[in-house]
Amino acid sequence: MRLHGMRFFNFVFPPRPKSAAIAKERLKIVLAHERAGNHAPDFLPRLQKELIDVVGRYVDIRDDMIRVSLGKSGETSLLEINIEIEAAKAKAKLGSAVPA
Amino acid sequence: MTKPGAARGREDLLAKVVAITSGKGGVGKTTTAAAFAAGLALRGHKTVVIDFDVGLRNLDLVMGCERRVVFDFINVINGDANLNQALIKDKRNDNLYIFPTSQTRDKDALKRDGVERVLEELKQQFDFIICDSPAGIEHGAVTALYFADSAIIVTNPEVSSVRDSDRIIGILSSRSRRAERNEPPVETSLLLTRYDPARVTKGEMLAVEDVQEILSVKLLGVIPESESVLRASNTGTPVAFDEDSPAGRAYLDAVARFLGEQREMRFVQPERRGFFRVLFGRA
Repeated sequence: MRLHGMRFFNFVFPPRPKSAAIAKERLKIVLAHERAGNHAPDFLPRLQKELIDVVGRYVDIRDDMIRVSLGKSGETSLLEINIEIEAAKAKAKLGSAVPA
Repeated sequence: MTKPGAARGREDLLAKVVAITSGKGGVGKTTTAAAFAAGLALRGHKTVVIDFDVGLRNLDLVMGCERRVVFDFINVINGDANLNQALIKDKRNDNLYIFPTSQTRDKDALKRDGVERVLEELKQQFDFIICDSPAGIEHGAVTALYFADSAIIVTNPEVSSVRDSDRIIGILSSRSRRAERNEPPVETSLLLTRYDPARVTKGEMLAVEDVQEILSVKLLGVIPESESVLRASNTGTPVAFDEDSPAGRAYLDAVARFLGEQREMRFVQPERRGFFRVLFGRA
């Protein structure tokens, strides 16, 4: 009878996972990610911006179509630059896009 | 009366610069800086507590000396006043001095070479120099931790505070002077504040072990959530002077540990509320 009552209680108020445990898991994941990125040099955002400027002279691209990241592949450091241009349109006149 | 400038035989002990830092605001840095400085002074150590939060001066209020501020940190850095004109002697303890900051809006007024010169001068007179860091990871916060020998990371058992503490620990290990000079690293320890053991037991709050595991730094102390902290700041009294309050005692324990003593962790288990306590509802 007691068990039955408990089951009913749990049905009406389903037990939630303890929020502190959720907090701990989320922190572990986000910090593992951030610690890995902590050694990223400060120039990455600037590099990204300049790449956007340069590529943008030739094709129409949005800021989020260029991604710059520094990673590791085994022993070598890897500067990865991804430029998405499939959706980008070439500028009509290439010559006029280059600043004088 | 000895002025703080009076010559002292200081060869026996090297002055220690201690940064109180956290990244996140509102976690209790200034409360901790005030309590820690008061606790060290109570233990007989000549201590000065410096406000590094240029433009948002508050240590003076928490220490209860806001009406005695004449000259400040920036005045001394710029040579407009000397150290002894700016230092405020605490009225409750002869070992304790407060060094207020400026209300200037010029954030770059805290020049690193000027700060270094002032700290060197303070080292001649004090055993401990407590640096109350501003929140954030900008110029003021980095300057406050740059010269540190020790750092106390003030953290609340709450996700954003833990994350920001992790950032600050990273900055300490990469951008402090000790790191730049390849000297032994800044001795870093964790002070968990606003801890509520009852909520931890219910699984509603990160436990001290969880925070320590995530940040993996030495635990200096746990300060329980306590009414006495607000009461202390209301009246301008460092909470460590309130030896009857749980928070005050927890700070004194942390100070003892900082000085190398062994103290059992108190206030990490939920308090059993006796009949009368329940009846009168006092925490």
